[in-house]
Amino acid sequence: MYVSPSPHIRAGTSIRRIMLDVVLALLPACAVGVVMFGWNALLLLCISVLTAVVTEAVITRLLRKPASVGDLSAVVTGLLLGMNLPATAPWWVAVVGSAFAIAIVKMAFGGIGCNFLNPALAGRAVLLACWPAIMTAWKDPFAAVDAVASATPLAAMKAGEIPDLLNLFLGKTGGCIGEVSAAALLLGAAYLLLRGVINLRIPLSYILTVFVFTLAVSRFNLTYAVAQLLSGGLILGAFYMANDYTTSPITPLGQIVMGIGCGLLTVIIRQWGGYPEGVSYSILLMNLAGPLIERATRPLVLGEKMKNPFKKKEAGKNA
Amino acid sequence: MPAPQFVVIPMARVTGAPLEPLVKKGDHVKLGQKIGESAAFVSAPIHSSVSGTVTAVEARPHPGGRTAMAVVIENDGLDEKDESVRPCENFDALTPAELLAIVKDKGVVGMGGATFPTHVKLSIPKGKTVDTLIANGAECEPYLTADHRLMLEKSGDIVKGIQIVLKILGIERAFIGIEANKPDAIRAMRAACAQDSRIQVAPLKVKYPQGSEKQLITALLHREVPSGGLPADAGAVVSNVGTLAAIRDAVVDGMPVVRRVVTVSGNGVKEPGNLLARIGTPFQVCIDACGGMTPDARKIINGGPMMGTSLPSPDTPVIAGTSGILVLSEAQAAIPREISCIRCGKCVDACPIGVLPTAVAEAVDRGDYQSALRYRAMDCIECGSCVYVCPAKRHILQKIRLAKQTIRQKGLK
Repeated sequence: MYVSPSPHIRAGTSIRRIMLDVVLALLPACAVGVVMFGWNALLLLCISVLTAVVTEAVITRLLRKPASVGDLSAVVTGLLLGMNLPATAPWWVAVVGSAFAIAIVKMAFGGIGCNFLNPALAGRAVLLACWPAIMTAWKDPFAAVDAVASATPLAAMKAGEIPDLLNLFLGKTGGCIGEVSAAALLLGAAYLLLRGVINLRIPLSYILTVFVFTLAVSRFNLTYAVAQLLSGGLILGAFYMANDYTTSPITPLGQIVMGIGCGLLTVIIRQWGGYPEGVSYSILLMNLAGPLIERATRPLVLGEKMKNPFKKKEAGKNA
Repeated sequence: MPAPQFVVIPMARVTGAPLEPLVKKGDHVKLGQKIGESAAFVSAPIHSSVSGTVTAVEARPHPGGRTAMAVVIENDGLDEKDESVRPCENFDALTPAELLAIVKDKGVVGMGGATFPTHVKLSIPKGKTVDTLIANGAECEPYLTADHRLMLEKSGDIVKGIQIVLKILGIERAFIGIEANKPDAIRAMRAACAQDSRIQVAPLKVKYPQGSEKQLITALLHREVPSGGLPADAGAVVSNVGTLAAIRDAVVDGMPVVRRVVTVSGNGVKEPGNLLARIGTPFQVCIDACGGMTPDARKIINGGPMMGTSLPSPDTPVIAGTSGILVLSEAQAAIPREISCIRCGKCVDACPIGVLPTAVAEAVDRGDYQSALRYRAMDCIECGSCVYVCPAKRHILQKIRLAKQTIRQKGLK
């Protein structure tokens, strides 16, 4: 007979199952990316995932730590990094970014659960800093084969045009491999919500903040605000990266603060910053603020603040 | 179920002072005879659940997980009643103080699990005002159906018990909280209390933990028990329906707590069901009455799967607080390997109190008990929800318990 302290039963969830769900949720968006941008997109995604898994396996082996690739979190990191690359990037960019994300951002700080930055985003930031030309060479899905050059919708908007909203929603637009189709990303997000893997606190507060702030900045140009929502990495960032478990606050209120913070920074960078896109940096900056936010937003425990009309009446009577 | 050949009656409760045995080996005892008592206020006497001969007074396994002195009685099968077990004709004429004295003398204790002496709970400390009694019919834990069964079969007794407690407390309002997934129990209790306008049946949302005192008070009265306080601080007394039926038996029939409804369940039991078992019946006898254990049975639990105590041996006896005997199979009982916390926050969302479970656990790992205190370790009701939902299979509650114990020892504030 076994003897152990309570509780004696546990739900059937596991980290592996959660990560598998995230991978499944990302697949439609990856598929759209491959259809739009061609085989090089698929190659980049595969290399990125493979590099992430191999890097983690080698490091755990070298450090004689228990093998952790089975939890599939490296697959998620690799996939997200690949989705954040332009389809024209050479294969070694995926290798460098993915290896950096896993080796430096994740494993150097202790592996799963211990990193303080989102590994995929930090990997992308490093690539953007090192090879800005490669990382912004967008491919136009409608141009003749291999035509490189064309602006992303965000760059176009900075220049004063507003792209077609339906094309933005479906993904017929320029951008990174995995960010172009809002529809496919939302489909995956719906699946994650249904599975209870994510909640809406960060995604919704993030997207709403971007919407309201953009609306205000553009003097209530609704089309422009919606186009801003559907462009760039906002949907990908809000549903799959800003709410990354490890690097976002665990407190409910803290999650909303995180979302609002990401939203404000994104709009500030998009409108007044040097880059057309601000999702990556805003999430990375808010990752850094995470511990402080968490500290300031501890929930009240039951009965901590007297919400007790009965007692108040009592006190009033005595006074 | 029939009374067993031997009953083992522990001289210790789960909570409260231990009792002094009043009998010795060779004594003849009768059904309902007082066999253990203590002078301490927070304690209730205990009575024999059969008539027969005392064969031993010795240390035996206790459902609390340790061993404790116990009186072992060989049943003569006659159920010869003790002289003290007399029906009371005119119980309506008794004063609140007399009623309270009967509750104490007949050893009525909380039958939800903690076996806290009921007369202590019903003695409201000076300076506190109580205006509502909550009859707890929200089964405390998954698997357990003993209270459900009792509400169907003894609804009238429960209502009588409520009326007695209303009189003891001198108040005019009672709620019977029942989870909405038990419409038959809600109907039965509504029918039983239809004549008494002071008592209302309140259907509750189905969730765990709903049967905890603090959750019930919040759900029914929209009041919060202050952090570190008691239900009386929110003007309420919460009592399990089993306890209320026992109060009625004590007052009306003069019968102390000698039986209780026990759920025998879990996938390590062949034919799960509810039994009306004598106090002191060994778990093995109850399990055998339900078809016995399956070959892969690996864990025996006193109580429910979330807060119950796992026991090394099935020789442990049923006590007043044994709401369930759960037998889990190898697959359920195996303790999974812990992985590092991925900070998913599921434990935070699951905590019914607002503790930050994983933050307390991490503080304990660091030996930082001051932080554990700041993350509200002391407010934890040990419901186990955080451990249940954790995808990394972390032993969160176990660490919170360590935090609570250490904070108390160090006197941290």
